[in-house]
Amino acid sequence: MNYVTLASNRISLKNMRYDLQLIASLVESGNHVLDLGCGQGELLLWLTEHKKVIARGVEISEEAVRSGIASGLSVYHGDINEGLADYADNSFDLVILSQTLQMVKNPHMVMDEMLRVGKQAIVSFPNFGHWSVRLHLLLQGRAPKTTSLPYEWFNTPNIRVLTIRDFHNFCAKAGITILKEIPIIFSSPCNGRIIRLHPNLMAQYGIYVLSRKKH
Amino acid sequence: MISKPKYYTFADKQDDELLLDCGRSLAPVTLAYETYGSLDDKKSNAILILHALSGDAHAAGRHHSDDRKPGWWDNTIGHGKAFDTDKYFIICSNVIGGCKGSTGPASINPATGKPYGTSFPMITIRDMVRAQKRLIDHLGIEKLLAVAGGSMGGMQVLEWAICYPDRIRAAIPLATTARLSAQSIAFNEVGRQAIVSDPYWCGGDYYGKKQPTNGLALARMIAHITYLSDESMHKKFGRRLQNRDNYSYDFITDFQVESYLHHQGESFIKRFDANSYLYITRAMDYFDLSAEKGSLKKALEGVKARFLVVSFSSDWLFPTYQSKDIASALRKNDVDVSFCEIASSYGHDAFLLEAEQLSPLISGFLDSTYKGAFL
Repeated sequence: MNYVTLASNRISLKNMRYDLQLIASLVESGNHVLDLGCGQGELLLWLTEHKKVIARGVEISEEAVRSGIASGLSVYHGDINEGLADYADNSFDLVILSQTLQMVKNPHMVMDEMLRVGKQAIVSFPNFGHWSVRLHLLLQGRAPKTTSLPYEWFNTPNIRVLTIRDFHNFCAKAGITILKEIPIIFSSPCNGRIIRLHPNLMAQYGIYVLSRKKH
Repeated sequence: MISKPKYYTFADKQDDELLLDCGRSLAPVTLAYETYGSLDDKKSNAILILHALSGDAHAAGRHHSDDRKPGWWDNTIGHGKAFDTDKYFIICSNVIGGCKGSTGPASINPATGKPYGTSFPMITIRDMVRAQKRLIDHLGIEKLLAVAGGSMGGMQVLEWAICYPDRIRAAIPLATTARLSAQSIAFNEVGRQAIVSDPYWCGGDYYGKKQPTNGLALARMIAHITYLSDESMHKKFGRRLQNRDNYSYDFITDFQVESYLHHQGESFIKRFDANSYLYITRAMDYFDLSAEKGSLKKALEGVKARFLVVSFSSDWLFPTYQSKDIASALRKNDVDVSFCEIASSYGHDAFLLEAEQLSPLISGFLDSTYKGAFL
C-alpha cells in the first residue's frame, strides 16, 4: 500500500511543542491512538507518518477540526465526553489528553473513560506546584500568572488547579497506576528538559503514562 | 467545462428487471448520467455523486457554452475543486423516479405505450441505489473511491455503504439523516397535498394536457423555506418591500421574500415533473435505516468505507443531531469516521453554498483515501 504524502511532511519532531515531542516518543509503532483535544492534529499527523499509527482525534474547535480533516486525519468535532462514549472497552492502545485535564469539568469521569477505551493513557497538565507559582502567590498575594499560565482568574480556561503531588494522590485513590512520570520545564515552546529532582517544585508540566490497576 | 448527458438502459432483457422494495419491478430502466474527468488505468479514481430531491445528473460544467447556469454542484466539482476532475473520475446520475432523463413516472410504460403516471411503482432510496449500482457495473468499476451527496444524496450515500460495502472506499454524507423525521415527512406531505389538490393533477394523468403547475409551484415554495434559515432569510430579504415604498393593503406581492418564493416556484415548474415530486418525496418518507434491524448501529454493522460526515449549524431540516447520530453509530461499529459541524447561516442549502469551507475537508479526505493512507 502506498504510504502517503500528507501535510505531515511539513511537521518535524523538533518543530512540535516540547511536551508533544516527548509524548510522540512514548507511542509505539502501529498503535491505535486516540487524541482528545487534538487541535489541528500535528501530533497525530506526525505519528501517522513516522510511527504508522492508526489515529483518531477529537476536537471542539471547528476551525481546528477542519484543518485536521483537510490534512487527511480522522477527527470528530465534539467535546471529550462525546469523543469517548461510543467506543468499546480497549478500542485503543493509547488515549492521549495533553494539557487539557485542567480544563475538564469532570476529570474523574474523563480519566475513567480514557482507561476504559484505552489500554493505556497519556495525560499531561500544568503543575501549579511549580516554585514560580508558589512565589507569585506568596509574594504578591495574587492568583498565579506565569508565562506558561498567562491567564487572569476570571478568564482562565484552567478551572482545575492541581499539582504533581495532587495528581499522585488522585491516581492512588482512583486505582490508576502511574507507569511513567516525565516532569518537564520549557525553555521555549519547542524546547525544554526533563526534571529529575523535586518535580513538584521544579516542573512546569507533568506527563504521565497511566494504566488501570489490575485487581 | 462542457459536459454531455449520457444514457444507460438496462433491464431490457427477460428476467433482468430491477426488483424494488415495494415488491414490484421496473423494466426497462434508463439512467441519465454525466461524467467529468477521466478514469485511471486501475479504475481506482471513480467517485459517484448523488443528488438531492430536485437535482439531476447535470452536476457540473455546462451543456452549451452559452448556458446561463452550470450544473448544480459546479462550485465543488471541476479542475482544482474539491472533487478535482484532474485527479478523479466523477459520475452523477439522475435517480429513478426522476424526470431529468432517468426512468420515472413521466416515462412511457412499454406495456401501455403511455406515460406511467401514478402506475409507476413506488420507489425507495435503496431502489435508487440499486439502479446506480447497475450503472457502476456497466462502467466496469469494481470499487468506487467514494460516494458523496447532500440531503437525499446523503441518504443514498448511506445506502451505498450498507448495501455494497465492498464496492466503495469512502462515503461522504452531507447535511443528511439516517431516518426522515416527522417534521420532514410533514413538509413533504404538505407539498404533495399541494400537488394532488391541483385540479389539473387528474390523478397523475396529466401528460400531454395542462399540468398541475400551481400545485407543484406551491410545493416548491413550501420546501424552499425549509432549505433556508431564519438568519439567511433575514439577511437576504428582511422585511424589505418588492418594487414599492409602501404596503399595498392588498394581497399582491408586497415583500421581497414573497417575490423570491414565487420566482422559485415558477422556475421549478419549468424543470420538474409533479409526479416525480410525489414519488421522490415519498421515497424520502420511507427512509429509515434503523427500522430494518432495530437500530442504526446494527444497520451499519457491515460498513467498510471510511466516512466524512458533515452538518451545518443552521440546518433545521436535517439538524446536526441527525448527523451526529450517524457518526456515533459508525463509531460504535469501529468505522473510521470524521465529523464536522460547519458554522453557517445558510440553513439546509449550506451544503450547496459553503463550498469554501467544505472543499478542503472533502479534498483532504479524498486525497488520504486515494493514497491508501488509512486503510
